[in-house]
Amino acid sequence: MKYETVIGLEVHAQMLTDTKIFCGCSTKFGSEPNTQTCPVCIGMPGVLPVLNKKALWFAIKTGLATDCRISSFSRFARKNYFYPDLPKGYQISQYELPVCEHGYIGIIVDGNVKKIGITRIHMEEDAGKNIHEGAGTYSFVDLNRAGVPLMEIVSEPDIRSPQEAVEYMKKLRAILRYLGVCDGNMEQGSLRCDANISLRPVNQTEFGTRTEIKNINSFRFVEKALEYEIKRQIKVIESGGRIVQETRLWDPNRGVTESMRGKEEAHDYRYFPEPDLVPVVVEKEWIDEIRSSLPELPDVKRERFVSEYGLPETDADLLVSEKPLADWYEEAVKLGGQPKSVANWVMGDLMRLLNADNKTIEDCSLKPSQLVDMLRLMDDDTISGKIAKSVFEEIYTTGKAPDVIVKEKGLVQISDSGEIEKAVDEIISKYPKEAERYRFGEEKLLGFFVGQVMKVTKGKANPQMVNDLLRKKLSS
Amino acid sequence: MELFRLSISEVIHLLETKEVSAQDVINAVFQRIDAVEDRVKAYVTLTREKALKMAEEAQKEINAGTPGTMLRGIPFAVKDNMCTKGIPTTCSSKMLSNFIPPYESTVTSRLSENGYVLTGKTNMDEFAMGSSTENSGFHVTGNPWNLERIPGGSSGGSASAVAADECIAALGSDTGGSIRQPAALCGVVGMKPTYGRVSRYGLVAFASSLDQIGTLTKNVRDTALLMNAISGHDPRDSTSAPLPVPDFTGVLDKDIQGIKLGIPKEYFIEGIDKDIESAVYAAIKKLEGLGATPVEVSLPHTEYAIAAYYILATSEASSNLARYDGVKYGLRAEGRDLMDMYLNTRARGFGSEVKRRIMLGTYTLSSGYYEAYYKKAQQVRTLIKQDFEDVFRQVDLLVTPTTPTPAFRIGEKTADPLQMYLSDIFTISVNLAGLPAISVPCGFTPDNLPIGLQCIGKHFDEETVLRVAHAYEQSTDWHRRKPDL
Repeated sequence: MKYETVIGLEVHAQMLTDTKIFCGCSTKFGSEPNTQTCPVCIGMPGVLPVLNKKALWFAIKTGLATDCRISSFSRFARKNYFYPDLPKGYQISQYELPVCEHGYIGIIVDGNVKKIGITRIHMEEDAGKNIHEGAGTYSFVDLNRAGVPLMEIVSEPDIRSPQEAVEYMKKLRAILRYLGVCDGNMEQGSLRCDANISLRPVNQTEFGTRTEIKNINSFRFVEKALEYEIKRQIKVIESGGRIVQETRLWDPNRGVTESMRGKEEAHDYRYFPEPDLVPVVVEKEWIDEIRSSLPELPDVKRERFVSEYGLPETDADLLVSEKPLADWYEEAVKLGGQPKSVANWVMGDLMRLLNADNKTIEDCSLKPSQLVDMLRLMDDDTISGKIAKSVFEEIYTTGKAPDVIVKEKGLVQISDSGEIEKAVDEIISKYPKEAERYRFGEEKLLGFFVGQVMKVTKGKANPQMVNDLLRKKLSS
Repeated sequence: MELFRLSISEVIHLLETKEVSAQDVINAVFQRIDAVEDRVKAYVTLTREKALKMAEEAQKEINAGTPGTMLRGIPFAVKDNMCTKGIPTTCSSKMLSNFIPPYESTVTSRLSENGYVLTGKTNMDEFAMGSSTENSGFHVTGNPWNLERIPGGSSGGSASAVAADECIAALGSDTGGSIRQPAALCGVVGMKPTYGRVSRYGLVAFASSLDQIGTLTKNVRDTALLMNAISGHDPRDSTSAPLPVPDFTGVLDKDIQGIKLGIPKEYFIEGIDKDIESAVYAAIKKLEGLGATPVEVSLPHTEYAIAAYYILATSEASSNLARYDGVKYGLRAEGRDLMDMYLNTRARGFGSEVKRRIMLGTYTLSSGYYEAYYKKAQQVRTLIKQDFEDVFRQVDLLVTPTTPTPAFRIGEKTADPLQMYLSDIFTISVNLAGLPAISVPCGFTPDNLPIGLQCIGKHFDEETVLRVAHAYEQSTDWHRRKPDL
């Protein structure tokens, strides 16, 4: 039997506001436990939440960037459950009336754009953290994270494979980062993903029974956890069993999903409208203002890079994946760099160097203008392509200007035919046997001679001239 | 002169003219407390030392000629569900018996800015759930008019303290009648302002969409003075109204000629105490004599108010009280594991009425029941609001009895929660609709138990409420009578 996979993702994104969603405490990550708390986010008796306007702004921004309808009237609701990291005994979230609905994100599948529907985007507060280490028979509770603003972005069950799920996550992350509303860091938990997954026989329209997988904290695990779950579900179905609707936990160490709780043990969250907050009314003017503040988004930028700079789709795709990278690229092009060769340098040497140092383009000390200056030195034959690679590395590590490096290290290309001829003669006379073999038709030995000449000229000889001269001299 | 007998405006006058000092006043009040508190038991915490310091500060300012603040040197009692920094705030619950807030409620900070002197925190039904103050986790408060009777509730301690002259005035909170009902039963003036008029920040929540802080005073002028100090928008309470606050004393002396009084027929029903009915009719006659025009009106959905209220209030309460879990503050009863600790803490910390309401509210919000209970109750609430909107197109103010019976005996209704809930039958609709309302003394039963007259106004029209209540009060002397303690 052939099965079709049906996946929907629920993504929690921590918003990059300076303060929490319902109080003035800082949202900074990694501080001493319980140092970023106040009576409101600790849930003391009698205190009241006040909505952080910036969090609402960010949610609307995300809604507009994903083509959602922005609700002019939305409401907060209480989600009730007991847990030590939830100081009020309820989480303030949105339920019946979320702030954004009915949007989509486009991903590329087999070269075509596929729209993945966004059911809703809503705002909510994060919970704190329970700490079990070093607490003896007790556990500790750190409430620094309690009240940090989150967006929950819920997709339609439009995703059909683990690979599509990864594409969706990557695109969503890029959008969030372009908007500056979330740093997208899955390892630190500022972007979290729960997946609903079910199987159905190909051509069946009804959905199969789904399971929900929690604790997926990297792109790699999105793929692995879903692949594991597909295999598990197929095995259950084909051995005559039935899929149980349940919540499963991804265990990255063992590479398996495990049952966490069944449908019967599912929480009854007893949602009801939050009476401590007034409904959120969003004026049309406000939406227009936010819309006009949106940056150029990855899809539009990619198309523009293709049409404006003549880049291949794959190049454009990679360059727009991160806004700072796209900005870096574009600055270099604007300064006069040839678009394709700038792209090659960025995607090749620059990415290699950054990856080796575990750095991002934002911490890169090599400036676009330095790359462009170096490209000019290549264009006017001051340095060869080969030399350029080492110059580039030198700029990257020292930050010095390319022409300074070339001068200091004496890397100027030798284009003086007399000097090159001298070196060529020297090498031919040093290797008479090889010269003989060349003349008898072993033409691949030319490379050997070029190498030797470059060696004695320390790589500075103009390669084209060396080639031409060697051919001439060896044939004579 | 018995300084503790005086009203706010009288004390202000004596302080301004320097006939007495703020220390004289607070000392007199504490002498009164010492004389009667062991019988009345209005307070759960007395803040004697702090009060003396506050009075000293106030007097210093008066001596220095610092421009007057509204309530400088006036001794107030505060219901123990309003957070006072550094002073226990227990909600009369064992759950919070050790809780000392590190923050101040907005109302008490406003009183502080106005130079008040805090006498102490008053007893109440635990978490404001009750109509007799018998649900206090600590002790029962007596009605100063008859110590074997209840003072009403849940602000029974505040009403009792005002009636017994154990303070000059007090703050209470009103979720379904918790200021007006005890005010009526103790023979004092009790005002519940419009929902949103006074900030709830720092008021320990019972039912957030219904809770409102208000006043218990010896006369209507004092209500207006106190309302001036505590009203107004608070950025820390999103549900507080961003509206300007009038000077509530400004309208008191206007006559009430031409005011249309609605008399809702649903409030004069079978089962209402005959003495109360005739006292209220007499009050209406009095108001008519002062120039107002009574009109019979109908609030057809009144009979559903109690049912809707006990669903909505308990639903919100079940969630509001979830934070008392033994993890962060308040009582913790240890257990084998987390669940066991939760169960022990909540079993020991809460009294039976609080548990009853948490269970009711948890049930009505449960999946499968939400539509039938919570949602339906919200729809009823909308209908009740519309009832009021409709009648307020015809009249300026509604006049009703505050309670169906006078103060009952301690223990009389504790075994029958439904009977107890019915004592709020005339006050609950006002909370559902978010309207302002006052209870003023309008007579006594043959047993010498006070009777209250309720005036209900339009949204944010406390002025008409105060104006009519004041006109009535000034034409009678019920408010001048004092219990014999």
